[in-house]
Amino acid sequence: MIRRVRIKDHWAEQRIFAIRGIVAGVIVAVMLLTVATRLFYLQVLRHEYYAELSQGNRVRTDPIPPSRGLIFDRHGVVMAENLPAFQLELVREQVGGPPEIDAALARLVAIGLLDKEEIGGIKRTILSHHVYESVPVKLQMDDEEMARFAVHRYEFTGVDIRTRLSRHYPFGPIAVHALGYVAAISEQDLKHIDSATYAGTTLIGKLGVEGAYENDLHGSPGYREVLVNAAGRPVERQGAFTPKLNVKQPVAGADLILSVDMRVQRAAEDGLAGKRGAAIAIDPHTGDVIALASTPGFDPNAFARGLSTKQFDALENDIDKPLINRALRGAYPPGSTVKPFFALAALKYAVMTPEQTLFCPGHFSLPGSSNVFRDWKPKGHGSVDMRHAIMQSCDVYFYTVASKLGIDRMHDFMSTFGFGDDTGIDIPGEKPGLMPSTEWKRKAYKRAAEQVWFPGETISVGIGQGYMLATPMQLAHAVSGIASRGEIFKPRLVAAIRPAGSNTPAPRPLEPEPSMTVTADQWTVVVEGMEMATGPGGTAAAATAGSLYKIAGKTGSAQVFTIGQNEKYNEKQLSERLLDHALFISFAPAEDPKLAVAVFVENGKHGGSTAAPIARKMFDAYLLADKPVIAAPEKKIL
Amino acid sequence: MIFDEFSPSRTRRTLTAGGRTLRALGLDGPLTGVLAIIVCFGILVVYSASGQNPKMVEHHLANIAIAVTAMVALARLATPRYLRLFSPVAYVIGILLLIVVDVTGHVGKGAQRWLDIGFVRFQPSEIMKLAVPMICAWYMHERPLPPTFRDLMVMGMLILIPTAMIAREPDLGTALLIVASGLIVMLLAGMQLRIVLISIPLLGGAAFAAWHFIHDYQRQRILTFLNPENDPLGAGYHIIQSQIAIGSGGLFGKGYMMGSQAQLEFLPERSTDFIFAVIGEEFGLLPSLLLLVLYGVVIGRALYLAMQGQDTFARLTGGAIALSFFVYVFVNSGMVSGILPVVGVPLPMISYGGTSMVTLLAGFGILMSLHSHRKLIGS
Repeated sequence: MIRRVRIKDHWAEQRIFAIRGIVAGVIVAVMLLTVATRLFYLQVLRHEYYAELSQGNRVRTDPIPPSRGLIFDRHGVVMAENLPAFQLELVREQVGGPPEIDAALARLVAIGLLDKEEIGGIKRTILSHHVYESVPVKLQMDDEEMARFAVHRYEFTGVDIRTRLSRHYPFGPIAVHALGYVAAISEQDLKHIDSATYAGTTLIGKLGVEGAYENDLHGSPGYREVLVNAAGRPVERQGAFTPKLNVKQPVAGADLILSVDMRVQRAAEDGLAGKRGAAIAIDPHTGDVIALASTPGFDPNAFARGLSTKQFDALENDIDKPLINRALRGAYPPGSTVKPFFALAALKYAVMTPEQTLFCPGHFSLPGSSNVFRDWKPKGHGSVDMRHAIMQSCDVYFYTVASKLGIDRMHDFMSTFGFGDDTGIDIPGEKPGLMPSTEWKRKAYKRAAEQVWFPGETISVGIGQGYMLATPMQLAHAVSGIASRGEIFKPRLVAAIRPAGSNTPAPRPLEPEPSMTVTADQWTVVVEGMEMATGPGGTAAAATAGSLYKIAGKTGSAQVFTIGQNEKYNEKQLSERLLDHALFISFAPAEDPKLAVAVFVENGKHGGSTAAPIARKMFDAYLLADKPVIAAPEKKIL
Repeated sequence: MIFDEFSPSRTRRTLTAGGRTLRALGLDGPLTGVLAIIVCFGILVVYSASGQNPKMVEHHLANIAIAVTAMVALARLATPRYLRLFSPVAYVIGILLLIVVDVTGHVGKGAQRWLDIGFVRFQPSEIMKLAVPMICAWYMHERPLPPTFRDLMVMGMLILIPTAMIAREPDLGTALLIVASGLIVMLLAGMQLRIVLISIPLLGGAAFAAWHFIHDYQRQRILTFLNPENDPLGAGYHIIQSQIAIGSGGLFGKGYMMGSQAQLEFLPERSTDFIFAVIGEEFGLLPSLLLLVLYGVVIGRALYLAMQGQDTFARLTGGAIALSFFVYVFVNSGMVSGILPVVGVPLPMISYGGTSMVTLLAGFGILMSLHSHRKLIGS
């Protein structure tokens, strides 16, 4: 291969290099200019944008949760307060990704601070919070648990003990169904709350007043700007510079002053102790709920502490259903307690006069029907007028009244007392019960044959059986209407709200319901019948004997209807749970009613012997004590 | 102006004492002066960027001392002839060290780059930053310019061997820089423009092929460069935070040691690869531009000195050193300001870290030696 020989030409080579060098110099200048232009773009044209980003970077806004409003009874007794508690919290961004969170939680299980079954729920809750939020994994740790964590603390990053205000209910299970409770904010809750408002808050109200007045009780959070480094650690200064950081104090939630009188509430709970039932007391002139008890209850403090799945399941599956508020959610046949109301209806629609007597042979049949309706007293009550029919709870009298009124007039009249509809009490979960009518039956059933209202069905409703269902709350609400002679109010648990920083509670307005068109004479007849029922020879005579004031009342008993549909019966409990329910509605003093009370005891057999004594205790607590019997702040709030 | 003042015709004029010292050491006054300004500024910035860590500044000063010693030693003692003859030796040593690293390599930052020789840890790939352009210049020294196609192929091989080894470490950034330094020699030697034009689509194809061979994290870097917001807490974090730092600095900066991005550690690698963002944030636009101007002066002066080289080796080596320096400046400032992808290239003369400082100043030492010794070997 012939290679062309080239001779080095120094001058030409130097020239090539010089030209290339100059071109390179120009390229260098152009490219440096490009960078300079870029700097100009970033530092001048987009300066504000990046300045804002850098500000957002270094200053983290830490929420300061507001302290939850307190709850008092009407005399200022604290029913719910806030106490400092130690809780274990986890910050996702400091722990790491899901594998690290799993590891941390598993470690907490290993050292006995968490239950294995809870892990799934806790993890979901953690993941549904923002990465920088501190999420509680265990509420209210005791000394022993704190010590145990302290020993293992070095194993954890991003998990630490923090002091928070937690909810405390000094009376434990007393009034729990009125108060409700607070529990850790769940994944479900997060879907419908404003996460900004709840930043830093770990507990949220559930059920009762705590649930219904959540917005008032919660307050609004403040914030504290914290200088942080990239690892999210708060630092004092940045280099040589300490920037100004803003703080906004939170606004505490409003305090609630309940209409509840703890003396009456305790009397109710004492009376119901060991029973399944409900007792409600209402001030007939305001609709104030003076007591609202449902037993068995549960300790709301356990929820604020955090229940394990096992503990919650135990409550949920308890055969006595402690989580169910029987006062609002227990729809039972009201039995004979409906008789004073139907007596009023008979007077209003003039199907009976007060003095008109009926002969009660102990049974009743509709004309042309062989179907026999029995009186509770097989021998019959003999000749009874309206007052005595109420006093002795004569079934045959009210069978007759019912057949004369017809179901639709009964329905219309009872509706004015609130039967068949929510009472509108200011806590959630109420059931409407059922006040049947021909229209109701047409709508309730699909098949034409079932839509027909049979006259016999009216007769059962006349003594509060058949289709009719009412909650204890409805009975209390209705009997307060008799006590106030038709001036009926929507029941309420919260009487006043005191905003944070204010000394004067703002009373909530009374909510009167439409007055009833019943004449004074007509009221008197029924009230007298109810007074006789608690007097000698009446159905509730024993329970009211020796009282310093006069009680007007009506007993009732109803055939068993258990609220749990899927309960497992065991042999031992079977017999007791087949007994009739006992009811008693009443008010006192009869001549100038100050308190209306409804008591319901599941499987309590007789209203007079089981339910009425409980009402008596409540009246005594309300009417006889001249000062609060429970140690409480002396200041009278309401 | 600077170039004229120190042109050969005027160098006989009376020099100051400092000037005489520089001459005696074989250093170029303007180049040394500007480099000194940049290095001193760098010390200030490292102090701030390190979070006022005196230990790091101490280290930095020690590195500077080593680097300056290397520069002076090379400028004074290494004659151009010696440098040229030593080039193949340096190249072979470099290759051997790369093999050693590959076999016994110290694993640092997930990649095998470091070699620990007892008292000092260094990256053999740094040697290649000088050895590759020098071997190319050495190869072209006796050959007539412009290079023939065959010459280009040989130089290509000389470049590719160490590059492939370094890319395997994996250190894509350094590998690309070394390719660049070799290419610079080829271009300065007079590589025909049509070859350049033809090679562009070829390089494109090669890049496409390379896409399938590079590591996942390297691919990720390129992807996040194209869209940093894609992964704001992951790979895009560097780019976003560094732009926030620069942008929030504005015209006048947040003040020395008051940059929130740097001081509160939002800016990653703030005393090494991303130190330019600290300058942008704390000092603002004007000092950043001034720094770019200073870099421009260094490059210009270095190119000028290279042009005065008396033989092909001196010119090509000098030019490659000058333009490689530019490539480092451009790649780093481009990456920090978000116009180039993130490759691990420190900001020349400023970033904390000894290896880069030593290599750069050694390079300038060689450059100045080639310049100051030119009369001694002149015919």
